Amino acid sequence: MPEQLFQFLVTGITVGSTYALVGLGFALIYNASDVVNFAQGEFVMLGAMAAIALLGAGLPLPLAAILATLATVGVGLLLERFAIEPALGASVVTTIIITIGAAIFLRGIAMLLWGKDFHSLPPFTGDAPIQLGGATVLPQSLWVLGVTVALVVLVRLFFNRTLIGKALLACSFNRAAAQLVGINVRMMLRLAYGLSAGLGALAGILIAPITFSSYEAGVMLGLKGFSAAIVGGIGNPMGAVAGGLLLGVLESLGAGLVSSGYKDAIAFLFVLMVLFFEPTGLFGHKAAERV
Amino acid sequence: MPSESPAPAAEILLEVVGLSSYYGPVCAIQQADLHIRAGDLVAIVGGNGAGKTTLLHTLSGLHPASAGCIRFAGKDITRAATHRIVAAGICQVPEGRLVFAPLSVEDNLRLGAFRQRDQDWIRRQTQQVYALFPILAERRHQLAGTLSGGQQQMLAIGRALLGHPRLLLLDEPSMGLAPLLVEEIFRVIVELNSQGVTILLVEQNARAALRIAKRGYILETGRIVKTAPATELLADDAIRRAYLGY
Ligand SMILES: Nc1ncnc2c1ncn2[C@@H]1O[C@H](COP(=O)(O)OP(=O)(O)OP(=O)(O)O)[C@@H](O)[C@H]1O
Ligand SMILES: [Mg+2]
Repeated sequence: MPEQLFQFLVTGITVGSTYALVGLGFALIYNASDVVNFAQGEFVMLGAMAAIALLGAGLPLPLAAILATLATVGVGLLLERFAIEPALGASVVTTIIITIGAAIFLRGIAMLLWGKDFHSLPPFTGDAPIQLGGATVLPQSLWVLGVTVALVVLVRLFFNRTLIGKALLACSFNRAAAQLVGINVRMMLRLAYGLSAGLGALAGILIAPITFSSYEAGVMLGLKGFSAAIVGGIGNPMGAVAGGLLLGVLESLGAGLVSSGYKDAIAFLFVLMVLFFEPTGLFGHKAAERV
Repeated sequence: MPSESPAPAAEILLEVVGLSSYYGPVCAIQQADLHIRAGDLVAIVGGNGAGKTTLLHTLSGLHPASAGCIRFAGKDITRAATHRIVAAGICQVPEGRLVFAPLSVEDNLRLGAFRQRDQDWIRRQTQQVYALFPILAERRHQLAGTLSGGQQQMLAIGRALLGHPRLLLLDEPSMGLAPLLVEEIFRVIVELNSQGVTILLVEQNARAALRIAKRGYILETGRIVKTAPATELLADDAIRRAYLGY
Protein backbone atom coordinates (compact mmCIF):
# COMPACT_ATOMS: atom_id res chain seq x y z
CA MET A 1 0.00 0.00 0.00
CA PRO A 2 2.68 2.61 0.79
CA GLU A 3 4.31 1.78 -2.56
CA GLN A 4 1.00 2.34 -4.23
CA LEU A 5 0.57 5.69 -2.52
CA PHE A 6 4.03 6.63 -3.64
CA GLN A 7 3.08 5.67 -7.18
CA PHE A 8 0.00 7.90 -7.05
CA LEU A 9 2.16 10.67 -5.71
CA VAL A 10 4.61 10.37 -8.60
CA THR A 11 1.83 10.35 -11.16
CA GLY A 12 0.14 13.26 -9.41
CA ILE A 13 3.24 15.39 -9.30
CA THR A 14 3.91 14.73 -12.97
CA VAL A 15 0.47 15.81 -14.08
CA GLY A 16 0.44 18.52 -11.43
CA SER A 17 3.60 20.01 -12.94
CA THR A 18 1.66 20.71 -16.11
CA TYR A 19 -1.14 22.32 -14.14
CA ALA A 20 1.50 24.32 -12.29
CA LEU A 21 2.97 25.72 -15.50
CA VAL A 22 -0.46 26.56 -16.89
CA GLY A 23 -1.46 28.12 -13.57
CA LEU A 24 1.74 30.14 -13.58
CA GLY A 25 0.77 31.47 -17.00
CA PHE A 26 -2.67 32.45 -15.71
CA ALA A 27 -1.08 34.27 -12.78
CA LEU A 28 1.41 36.13 -14.98
CA ILE A 29 -1.26 37.43 -17.31
CA TYR A 30 -3.68 38.21 -14.51
CA ASN A 31 -0.98 40.18 -12.74
CA ALA A 32 -0.01 42.17 -15.77
CA SER A 33 -3.46 42.92 -17.12
CA ASP A 34 -6.18 41.84 -14.67
CA VAL A 35 -7.34 39.53 -17.43
CA VAL A 36 -8.19 35.89 -16.80
CA ASN A 37 -6.92 34.39 -20.01
CA PHE A 38 -9.14 31.44 -20.88
CA ALA A 39 -7.01 30.75 -23.93
CA GLN A 40 -4.20 29.63 -21.64
CA GLY A 41 -5.04 25.95 -22.18
CA GLU A 42 -4.90 26.53 -25.93
CA PHE A 43 -1.25 27.53 -25.61
CA VAL A 44 -0.60 24.10 -24.08
CA MET A 45 -2.43 22.37 -26.91
CA LEU A 46 -0.72 24.47 -29.59
CA GLY A 47 2.72 23.75 -28.17
CA ALA A 48 2.09 20.02 -28.15
CA MET A 49 0.36 19.85 -31.54
CA ALA A 50 2.91 22.08 -33.27
CA ALA A 51 5.79 20.01 -31.87
CA ILE A 52 4.08 16.81 -33.05
CA ALA A 53 3.52 18.28 -36.51
CA LEU A 54 7.09 19.56 -36.82
CA LEU A 55 8.46 16.22 -35.70
CA GLY A 56 6.24 14.56 -38.26
CA ALA A 57 7.69 16.90 -40.89
CA GLY A 58 11.09 15.42 -40.19
CA LEU A 59 12.65 17.87 -37.75
CA PRO A 60 14.61 16.45 -34.83
CA LEU A 61 12.68 16.54 -31.55
CA PRO A 62 14.69 19.29 -29.77
CA LEU A 63 14.35 21.60 -32.76
CA ALA A 64 10.66 20.77 -33.14
CA ALA A 65 10.13 21.56 -29.45
CA ILE A 66 11.93 24.89 -29.66
CA LEU A 67 10.17 25.99 -32.84
CA ALA A 68 6.78 24.93 -31.48
CA THR A 69 7.40 26.96 -28.33
CA LEU A 70 8.46 30.00 -30.33
CA ALA A 71 5.43 29.66 -32.59
CA THR A 72 3.15 29.53 -29.57
CA VAL A 73 4.87 32.60 -28.12
CA GLY A 74 4.10 34.28 -31.43
CA VAL A 75 0.43 33.30 -31.09
CA GLY A 76 0.42 34.70 -27.54
CA LEU A 77 1.84 37.99 -28.78
CA LEU A 78 -0.71 38.19 -31.59
CA LEU A 79 -3.50 37.47 -29.12
CA GLU A 80 -2.27 40.29 -26.92
CA ARG A 81 -1.84 42.71 -29.78
CA PHE A 82 -5.09 42.13 -31.64
CA ALA A 83 -7.52 40.91 -28.97
CA ILE A 84 -6.38 42.24 -25.61
CA GLU A 85 -4.78 45.60 -26.38
CA PRO A 86 -7.79 47.01 -28.23
CA ALA A 87 -9.89 46.11 -25.18
CA LEU A 88 -7.60 47.64 -22.57
CA GLY A 89 -9.69 49.10 -19.80
CA ALA A 90 -12.78 47.11 -20.78
CA SER A 91 -14.77 45.30 -18.11
CA VAL A 92 -13.68 41.93 -16.75
CA VAL A 93 -16.64 40.23 -18.42
CA THR A 94 -15.66 41.68 -21.80
CA THR A 95 -12.10 40.43 -21.55
CA ILE A 96 -13.27 37.01 -20.39
CA ILE A 97 -15.52 36.78 -23.43
CA ILE A 98 -12.64 37.88 -25.65
CA THR A 99 -10.28 35.22 -24.32
CA ILE A 100 -12.95 32.52 -24.53
CA GLY A 101 -13.58 33.58 -28.10
CA ALA A 102 -9.86 33.44 -28.81
CA ALA A 103 -9.73 29.94 -27.31
CA ILE A 104 -12.54 28.71 -29.54
CA PHE A 105 -10.87 30.31 -32.54
CA LEU A 106 -7.50 28.67 -31.81
CA ARG A 107 -9.18 25.32 -31.24
CA GLY A 108 -10.90 25.67 -34.61
CA ILE A 109 -7.64 26.43 -36.36
CA ALA A 110 -6.00 23.45 -34.68
CA MET A 111 -8.82 21.18 -35.80
CA LEU A 112 -8.49 22.39 -39.39
CA LEU A 113 -4.73 21.92 -39.33
CA TRP A 114 -4.44 18.62 -37.51
CA GLY A 115 -7.88 17.03 -37.57
CA LYS A 116 -9.69 15.49 -34.63
CA ASP A 117 -7.35 12.58 -33.99
CA PHE A 118 -5.23 12.06 -30.92
CA HIS A 119 -1.52 12.49 -31.44
CA SER A 120 1.44 11.96 -29.23
CA LEU A 121 5.11 12.72 -29.01
CA PRO A 122 7.64 9.97 -28.41
CA PRO A 123 9.21 10.15 -24.92
CA PHE A 124 12.30 12.36 -24.93
CA THR A 125 14.61 9.61 -23.69
CA GLY A 126 13.00 6.23 -24.16
CA ASP A 127 10.24 4.61 -22.15
CA ALA A 128 12.05 2.03 -20.04
CA PRO A 129 10.49 2.55 -16.58
CA ILE A 130 12.78 3.33 -13.70
CA GLN A 131 12.19 1.57 -10.39
CA LEU A 132 12.19 4.07 -7.58
CA GLY A 133 11.37 2.88 -4.05
CA GLY A 134 8.65 0.49 -5.18
CA ALA A 135 7.14 2.85 -7.73
CA THR A 136 7.73 2.84 -11.45
CA VAL A 137 8.68 6.19 -12.84
CA LEU A 138 8.69 6.90 -16.54
CA PRO A 139 11.75 8.77 -17.74
CA GLN A 140 9.36 11.30 -19.23
CA SER A 141 8.06 12.05 -15.71
CA LEU A 142 11.57 13.02 -14.73
CA TRP A 143 11.73 15.31 -17.75
CA VAL A 144 8.45 16.91 -16.78
CA LEU A 145 9.61 17.41 -13.21
CA GLY A 146 13.08 18.58 -14.05
CA VAL A 147 12.05 21.11 -16.68
CA THR A 148 9.18 22.36 -14.52
CA VAL A 149 11.52 22.95 -11.58
CA ALA A 150 13.98 24.71 -13.87
CA LEU A 151 11.25 26.92 -15.35
CA VAL A 152 9.83 27.83 -11.95
CA VAL A 153 13.30 28.73 -10.68
CA LEU A 154 13.91 30.83 -13.78
CA VAL A 155 10.60 32.65 -13.39
CA ARG A 156 11.42 33.34 -9.74
CA LEU A 157 14.86 34.67 -10.63
CA PHE A 158 13.28 36.78 -13.34
CA PHE A 159 10.94 38.45 -10.86
CA ASN A 160 13.39 38.74 -7.98
CA ARG A 161 16.62 39.58 -9.73
CA THR A 162 15.95 41.42 -12.98
CA LEU A 163 14.81 44.98 -13.48
CA ILE A 164 12.33 43.94 -16.16
CA GLY A 165 10.86 41.33 -13.82
CA LYS A 166 10.45 43.92 -11.09
CA ALA A 167 8.94 46.30 -13.61
CA LEU A 168 6.37 43.63 -14.44
CA LEU A 169 5.57 43.28 -10.72
CA ALA A 170 5.32 47.06 -10.47
CA CYS A 171 2.83 47.10 -13.35
CA SER A 172 0.68 44.51 -11.70
CA PHE A 173 0.75 46.36 -8.42
CA ASN A 174 -0.16 49.77 -9.81
CA ARG A 175 -0.25 50.51 -13.50
CA ALA A 176 -0.32 54.30 -13.20
CA ALA A 177 2.64 54.35 -10.82
CA ALA A 178 4.53 52.03 -13.15
CA GLN A 179 3.88 54.35 -16.07
CA LEU A 180 5.06 57.30 -14.01
CA VAL A 181 8.50 55.76 -13.56
CA GLY A 182 8.72 55.36 -17.31
CA ILE A 183 7.68 51.74 -17.75
CA ASN A 184 5.99 51.08 -21.07
CA VAL A 185 3.08 49.03 -19.82
CA ARG A 186 2.12 47.77 -23.27
CA MET A 187 5.55 46.21 -23.63
CA MET A 188 5.07 44.61 -20.23
CA LEU A 189 1.70 43.24 -21.32
CA ARG A 190 3.30 41.71 -24.41
CA LEU A 191 6.04 40.27 -22.26
CA ALA A 192 3.50 38.66 -19.94
CA TYR A 193 1.55 37.12 -22.82
CA GLY A 194 4.68 35.90 -24.54
CA LEU A 195 5.99 34.39 -21.33
CA SER A 196 2.68 32.70 -20.50
CA ALA A 197 2.35 31.30 -23.98
CA GLY A 198 5.89 29.94 -23.81
CA LEU A 199 5.31 28.31 -20.44
CA GLY A 200 2.06 26.81 -21.69
CA ALA A 201 3.66 25.46 -24.84
CA LEU A 202 6.51 23.87 -22.89
CA ALA A 203 4.02 22.27 -20.51
CA GLY A 204 2.17 20.84 -23.49
CA ILE A 205 5.32 19.49 -25.11
CA LEU A 206 6.52 17.93 -21.86
CA ILE A 207 3.29 16.12 -21.13
CA ALA A 208 2.42 15.12 -24.72
CA PRO A 209 4.39 11.82 -24.55
CA ILE A 210 2.38 10.81 -21.47
CA THR A 211 -1.19 11.99 -22.07
CA PHE A 212 -1.66 12.27 -25.85
CA SER A 213 -2.91 15.46 -27.36
CA SER A 214 -5.68 16.62 -29.65
CA TYR A 215 -7.18 19.91 -30.74
CA GLU A 216 -9.40 19.73 -27.66
CA ALA A 217 -6.69 18.99 -25.14
CA GLY A 218 -6.44 22.60 -24.04
CA VAL A 219 -9.94 22.76 -22.60
CA MET A 220 -9.38 20.54 -19.61
CA LEU A 221 -5.77 21.62 -19.09
CA GLY A 222 -6.87 25.25 -19.17
CA LEU A 223 -9.52 24.61 -16.54
CA LYS A 224 -7.09 22.72 -14.34
CA GLY A 225 -4.48 25.44 -14.67
CA PHE A 226 -7.12 28.03 -13.86
CA SER A 227 -8.08 25.99 -10.81
CA ALA A 228 -4.42 25.84 -9.80
CA ALA A 229 -4.19 29.62 -10.06
CA ILE A 230 -7.33 30.06 -7.97
CA VAL A 231 -6.22 27.59 -5.33
CA GLY A 232 -2.90 29.41 -5.15
CA GLY A 233 -4.60 32.77 -4.84
CA ILE A 234 -4.96 34.23 -8.33
CA GLY A 235 -2.14 36.63 -9.10
CA ASN A 236 0.33 34.77 -6.93
CA PRO A 237 2.71 32.96 -9.33
CA MET A 238 4.33 30.64 -6.81
CA GLY A 239 0.92 29.98 -5.25
CA ALA A 240 -0.26 28.82 -8.67
CA VAL A 241 2.67 26.41 -8.87
CA ALA A 242 1.88 24.98 -5.44
CA GLY A 243 -1.81 24.86 -6.35
CA GLY A 244 -1.06 22.94 -9.53
CA LEU A 245 1.02 20.31 -7.75
CA LEU A 246 -1.58 19.94 -5.02
CA LEU A 247 -4.32 19.54 -7.59
CA GLY A 248 -2.36 16.92 -9.53
CA VAL A 249 -1.64 14.87 -6.42
CA LEU A 250 -5.24 15.03 -5.16
CA GLU A 251 -6.53 13.98 -8.55
CA SER A 252 -4.16 11.09 -8.75
CA LEU A 253 -5.00 9.94 -5.22
CA GLY A 254 -8.69 10.28 -5.98
CA ALA A 255 -8.39 8.33 -9.19
CA GLY A 256 -6.32 5.62 -7.52
CA LEU A 257 -8.16 5.26 -4.24
CA VAL A 258 -11.73 6.03 -5.30
CA SER A 259 -12.30 5.77 -9.01
CA SER A 260 -10.68 7.32 -12.03
CA GLY A 261 -14.13 8.45 -13.12
CA TYR A 262 -14.12 10.96 -10.27
CA LYS A 263 -10.71 12.38 -11.13
CA ASP A 264 -11.90 15.71 -12.53
CA ALA A 265 -14.78 15.98 -10.07
CA ILE A 266 -12.36 15.65 -7.19
CA ALA A 267 -10.18 18.43 -8.56
CA PHE A 268 -13.07 20.82 -8.99
CA LEU A 269 -14.62 19.88 -5.65
CA PHE A 270 -11.29 20.76 -4.08
CA VAL A 271 -11.32 24.17 -5.78
CA LEU A 272 -14.83 24.84 -4.50
CA MET A 273 -13.81 23.86 -0.98
CA VAL A 274 -10.80 26.15 -1.09
CA LEU A 275 -12.90 29.03 -2.36
CA PHE A 276 -15.48 28.40 0.34
CA PHE A 277 -13.08 28.34 3.26
CA GLU A 278 -10.29 30.53 1.92
CA PRO A 279 -11.71 32.83 -0.77
CA THR A 280 -8.36 34.45 -1.56
CA GLY A 281 -6.77 31.06 -2.17
CA LEU A 282 -4.44 29.05 0.02
CA PHE A 283 -1.49 31.33 -0.68
CA GLY A 284 -3.47 34.45 -1.49
CA HIS A 285 -1.62 37.19 0.35
CA LYS A 286 -1.15 38.95 -2.93
CA ALA A 287 -4.89 39.29 -3.44
CA ALA A 288 -5.31 41.06 -0.13
CA GLU A 289 -2.49 43.43 -0.99
CA ARG A 290 -4.00 44.45 -4.27
CA VAL A 291 -7.08 45.94 -2.69
CA MET B 1 1.44 86.68 -20.30
CA PRO B 2 2.43 87.58 -16.72
CA SER B 3 6.15 87.90 -16.14
CA GLU B 4 6.44 87.99 -12.36
CA SER B 5 9.00 85.24 -12.44
CA PRO B 6 12.09 86.27 -10.47
CA ALA B 7 14.39 85.32 -13.31
CA PRO B 8 12.62 86.60 -16.41
CA ALA B 9 15.49 85.48 -18.59
CA ALA B 10 15.03 81.78 -17.75
CA GLU B 11 13.56 79.70 -20.57
CA ILE B 12 9.99 78.54 -20.38
CA LEU B 13 10.25 74.82 -19.58
CA LEU B 14 6.59 73.92 -19.57
CA GLU B 15 3.92 75.75 -21.48
CA VAL B 16 0.28 74.77 -21.39
CA VAL B 17 -2.18 76.49 -23.69
CA GLY B 18 -5.96 76.08 -23.66
CA LEU B 19 -5.79 72.63 -22.09
CA SER B 20 -9.08 70.80 -21.52
CA SER B 21 -9.65 67.39 -20.02
CA TYR B 22 -12.83 65.37 -19.70
CA TYR B 23 -14.19 62.32 -17.92
CA GLY B 24 -16.84 61.31 -20.40
CA PRO B 25 -19.08 64.36 -20.64
CA VAL B 26 -17.74 65.85 -17.40
CA CYS B 27 -15.24 68.62 -17.94
CA ALA B 28 -12.53 68.43 -15.26
CA ILE B 29 -10.04 70.92 -16.76
CA GLN B 30 -11.30 73.82 -18.81
CA GLN B 31 -9.07 75.88 -21.10
CA ALA B 32 -6.15 76.00 -18.73
CA ASP B 33 -3.14 78.19 -19.56
CA LEU B 34 0.01 78.01 -17.51
CA HIS B 35 3.75 78.16 -17.85
CA ILE B 36 6.74 77.26 -15.73
CA ARG B 37 10.23 78.64 -16.24
CA ALA B 38 13.34 76.61 -15.64
CA GLY B 39 14.30 76.76 -11.97
CA ASP B 40 10.87 77.91 -10.84
CA LEU B 41 8.83 76.60 -7.92
CA VAL B 42 5.19 77.00 -8.88
CA ALA B 43 2.18 76.04 -6.77
CA ILE B 44 -1.29 75.21 -8.01
CA VAL B 45 -3.79 75.40 -5.19
CA GLY B 46 -7.40 74.41 -5.28
CA GLY B 47 -10.01 72.70 -3.14
CA ASN B 48 -11.36 69.21 -3.19
CA GLY B 49 -12.22 68.12 -6.72
CA ALA B 50 -10.92 71.30 -8.33
CA GLY B 51 -9.11 69.22 -10.94
CA LYS B 52 -5.55 69.30 -9.61
CA THR B 53 -4.91 65.59 -10.04
CA THR B 54 -6.56 65.56 -13.44
CA LEU B 55 -4.30 68.39 -14.56
CA LEU B 56 -1.17 66.54 -13.44
CA HIS B 57 -2.41 63.29 -14.98
CA THR B 58 -2.97 65.10 -18.25
CA LEU B 59 0.52 66.64 -18.11
CA SER B 60 2.01 63.18 -17.59
CA GLY B 61 -0.07 61.58 -20.30
CA LEU B 62 -2.00 59.33 -17.93
CA HIS B 63 -5.20 61.07 -18.98
CA PRO B 64 -5.82 62.30 -22.52
CA ALA B 65 -6.10 65.99 -23.29
CA SER B 66 -9.30 66.80 -25.18
CA ALA B 67 -8.09 70.15 -26.43
CA GLY B 68 -5.12 72.43 -26.11
CA CYS B 69 -1.45 71.89 -26.17
CA ILE B 70 1.36 70.99 -23.76
CA ARG B 71 4.89 71.98 -24.72
CA PHE B 72 7.87 70.82 -22.72
CA ALA B 73 11.35 72.15 -23.45
CA GLY B 74 10.11 73.31 -26.82
CA LYS B 75 8.57 69.96 -27.82
CA ASP B 76 4.88 69.21 -28.17
CA ILE B 77 4.10 66.37 -25.74
CA THR B 78 0.31 66.70 -25.73
CA ARG B 79 -0.28 63.21 -27.06
CA ALA B 80 2.95 61.51 -26.05
CA ALA B 81 2.84 58.25 -24.07
CA THR B 82 3.59 58.53 -20.37
CA HIS B 83 6.87 56.63 -20.54
CA ARG B 84 8.13 59.01 -23.21
CA ILE B 85 7.12 62.03 -21.15
CA VAL B 86 9.06 60.56 -18.24
CA ALA B 87 12.04 59.98 -20.49
CA ALA B 88 11.82 63.62 -21.58
CA GLY B 89 12.21 64.64 -17.94
CA ILE B 90 8.77 65.16 -16.38
CA CYS B 91 8.60 63.01 -13.26
CA GLN B 92 5.55 62.89 -11.05
CA VAL B 93 5.08 62.09 -7.38
CA PRO B 94 1.49 60.89 -7.59
CA GLU B 95 -1.33 61.59 -5.19
CA GLY B 96 -1.40 58.95 -2.47
CA ARG B 97 2.30 58.14 -3.06
CA LEU B 98 1.60 54.86 -4.90
CA VAL B 99 4.87 53.27 -3.87
CA PHE B 100 5.32 49.68 -5.04
CA ALA B 101 4.27 48.06 -1.77
CA PRO B 102 5.43 44.49 -2.49
CA LEU B 103 8.92 45.67 -3.46
CA SER B 104 11.77 46.86 -1.26
CA VAL B 105 12.71 50.50 -0.78
CA GLU B 106 15.82 49.86 -2.85
CA ASP B 107 13.83 48.29 -5.69
CA ASN B 108 11.37 51.18 -5.66
CA LEU B 109 14.23 53.60 -6.15
CA ARG B 110 15.82 51.44 -8.83
CA LEU B 111 12.54 51.31 -10.73
CA GLY B 112 12.40 55.10 -10.49
CA ALA B 113 15.50 55.05 -12.68
CA PHE B 114 13.87 52.65 -15.15
CA ARG B 115 14.73 54.86 -18.12
CA GLN B 116 18.21 55.79 -16.95
CA ARG B 117 21.08 53.92 -18.56
CA ASP B 118 24.07 55.37 -16.69
CA GLN B 119 24.65 52.97 -13.79
CA ASP B 120 27.13 55.37 -12.18
CA TRP B 121 24.63 58.18 -12.19
CA ILE B 122 21.97 55.88 -10.72
CA ARG B 123 24.31 54.91 -7.89
CA ARG B 124 25.20 58.51 -7.11
CA GLN B 125 21.61 59.72 -7.32
CA THR B 126 20.50 56.89 -5.01
CA GLN B 127 23.10 57.99 -2.48
CA GLN B 128 21.82 61.55 -2.77
CA VAL B 129 18.28 60.41 -2.08
CA TYR B 130 19.53 58.47 0.95
CA ALA B 131 21.34 61.60 2.11
CA LEU B 132 18.13 63.58 1.69
CA PHE B 133 16.06 60.97 3.55
CA PRO B 134 18.38 58.96 5.85
CA ILE B 135 15.47 56.86 7.09
CA LEU B 136 15.16 55.35 3.59
CA ALA B 137 18.79 54.23 3.72
CA GLU B 138 18.08 52.56 7.04
CA ARG B 139 15.05 50.76 5.61
CA ARG B 140 16.43 50.07 2.16
CA HIS B 141 15.72 46.33 2.38
CA GLN B 142 12.29 46.74 3.91
CA LEU B 143 9.15 46.34 1.77
CA ALA B 144 7.74 49.72 0.80
CA GLY B 145 4.30 48.67 2.00
CA THR B 146 5.57 48.44 5.57
CA LEU B 147 6.72 52.09 5.69
CA SER B 148 4.75 54.81 7.46
CA GLY B 149 2.85 57.39 5.41
CA GLY B 150 5.59 59.97 5.75
CA GLN B 151 8.29 57.50 4.78
CA GLN B 152 6.24 56.41 1.78
CA GLN B 153 5.99 60.04 0.72
CA MET B 154 9.77 60.35 1.00
CA LEU B 155 10.17 57.18 -1.03
CA ALA B 156 7.77 58.45 -3.69
CA ILE B 157 9.80 61.67 -3.96
CA GLY B 158 13.06 59.72 -4.04
CA ARG B 159 11.70 57.43 -6.73
CA ALA B 160 10.76 60.43 -8.86
CA LEU B 161 14.20 61.98 -8.34
CA LEU B 162 15.76 58.84 -9.75
CA GLY B 163 13.92 59.58 -12.98
CA HIS B 164 16.32 62.52 -13.47
CA PRO B 165 13.56 65.13 -13.52
CA ARG B 166 13.89 68.43 -15.31
CA LEU B 167 10.42 69.14 -14.00
CA LEU B 168 9.12 67.53 -10.83
CA LEU B 169 5.34 67.34 -10.39
CA LEU B 170 4.14 66.82 -6.83
CA ASP B 171 0.49 65.96 -6.17
CA GLU B 172 -0.49 66.84 -2.60
CA PRO B 173 2.65 65.62 -0.87
CA SER B 174 1.30 66.88 2.46
CA MET B 175 -1.85 64.76 2.30
CA GLY B 176 -2.45 62.80 5.49
CA LEU B 177 0.82 63.78 7.12
CA ALA B 178 1.36 65.24 10.59
CA PRO B 179 2.39 68.94 10.61
CA LEU B 180 5.97 68.16 11.52
CA LEU B 181 6.32 65.79 8.57
CA VAL B 182 4.69 68.30 6.24
CA GLU B 183 7.34 70.78 7.28
CA GLU B 184 10.07 68.24 6.64
CA ILE B 185 8.73 67.38 3.18
CA PHE B 186 8.32 71.05 2.24
CA ARG B 187 11.85 71.79 3.46
CA VAL B 188 13.11 69.10 1.08
CA ILE B 189 11.05 70.54 -1.79
CA VAL B 190 12.69 73.94 -1.24
CA GLU B 191 16.10 72.32 -1.05
CA LEU B 192 15.55 70.43 -4.29
CA ASN B 193 14.44 73.63 -5.98
CA SER B 194 17.52 75.46 -4.75
CA GLN B 195 19.58 72.64 -6.29
CA GLY B 196 18.03 73.54 -9.61
CA VAL B 197 15.06 71.18 -9.96
CA THR B 198 12.06 72.94 -11.46
CA ILE B 199 8.98 72.13 -9.41
CA LEU B 200 5.24 72.19 -9.88
CA LEU B 201 3.57 71.64 -6.54
CA VAL B 202 -0.15 70.93 -6.37
CA GLU B 203 -1.78 71.35 -2.97
CA GLN B 204 -4.98 71.71 -1.03
CA ASN B 205 -2.80 72.96 1.80
CA ALA B 206 -2.64 76.38 0.16
CA ARG B 207 -0.84 78.23 2.91
CA ALA B 208 2.08 75.83 3.16
CA ALA B 209 2.39 75.61 -0.61
CA LEU B 210 2.25 79.36 -1.26
CA ARG B 211 4.78 80.01 1.48
CA ILE B 212 7.46 78.11 -0.38
CA ALA B 213 6.34 78.80 -3.96
CA LYS B 214 7.52 81.71 -6.04
CA ARG B 215 4.34 81.87 -8.06
CA GLY B 216 0.90 80.40 -7.64
CA TYR B 217 -2.14 79.48 -9.68
CA ILE B 218 -5.60 79.21 -8.20
CA LEU B 219 -7.66 76.38 -9.69
CA GLU B 220 -11.43 76.38 -9.19
CA THR B 221 -13.69 73.69 -10.68
CA GLY B 222 -11.36 73.08 -13.56
CA ARG B 223 -10.55 76.69 -14.36
CA ILE B 224 -7.46 78.66 -13.54
CA VAL B 225 -8.98 81.76 -12.00
CA LYS B 226 -5.90 83.63 -10.89
CA THR B 227 -2.14 83.64 -11.11
CA ALA B 228 0.25 85.90 -9.24
CA PRO B 229 3.45 85.82 -7.21
CA ALA B 230 2.88 83.67 -4.14
CA THR B 231 3.36 86.54 -1.69
CA GLU B 232 0.63 88.47 -3.46
CA LEU B 233 -1.77 85.51 -3.29
CA LEU B 234 -1.02 85.05 0.39
CA ALA B 235 -1.96 88.67 1.01
CA ASP B 236 -5.09 88.64 -1.17
CA ASP B 237 -8.20 88.96 1.02
CA ALA B 238 -10.53 86.88 -1.12
CA ILE B 239 -7.97 84.10 -1.43
CA ARG B 240 -7.24 84.19 2.27
CA ARG B 241 -10.90 83.69 3.03
CA ALA B 242 -11.41 80.95 0.47
CA TYR B 243 -8.22 78.94 0.82
CA LEU B 244 -6.26 79.98 3.85
CA GLY B 245 -9.04 80.08 6.41
CA TYR B 246 -8.14 83.26 8.19
N1 LIG C 1 -12.16 58.75 -12.94
C1 LIG C 1 -13.05 59.76 -12.88
N2 LIG C 1 -14.25 59.66 -13.50
C2 LIG C 1 -15.13 60.66 -13.47
N3 LIG C 1 -14.93 61.83 -12.85
C3 LIG C 1 -13.77 62.01 -12.21
C4 LIG C 1 -12.76 60.98 -12.20
N4 LIG C 1 -11.71 61.44 -11.49
C5 LIG C 1 -12.04 62.67 -11.09
N5 LIG C 1 -13.26 63.03 -11.52
C6 LIG C 1 -13.93 64.31 -11.30
O1 LIG C 1 -13.13 65.33 -11.87
C7 LIG C 1 -13.06 66.44 -11.01
C8 LIG C 1 -11.61 66.74 -10.67
O2 LIG C 1 -11.08 65.67 -9.92
P1 LIG C 1 -9.57 65.66 -9.43
O3 LIG C 1 -9.31 64.36 -8.81
O4 LIG C 1 -8.70 66.07 -10.55
O5 LIG C 1 -9.58 66.79 -8.34
P2 LIG C 1 -8.48 67.18 -7.27
O6 LIG C 1 -8.37 68.64 -7.32
O7 LIG C 1 -7.26 66.40 -7.46
O8 LIG C 1 -9.18 66.76 -5.91
P3 LIG C 1 -8.54 66.26 -4.54
O9 LIG C 1 -8.09 67.48 -3.82
O10 LIG C 1 -9.67 65.60 -3.86
O11 LIG C 1 -7.42 65.35 -4.87
C9 LIG C 1 -13.89 66.10 -9.79
O12 LIG C 1 -15.16 66.69 -9.95
C10 LIG C 1 -13.99 64.60 -9.82
O13 LIG C 1 -15.22 64.19 -9.29
MG1 LIG D 1 -6.19 65.16 -6.32
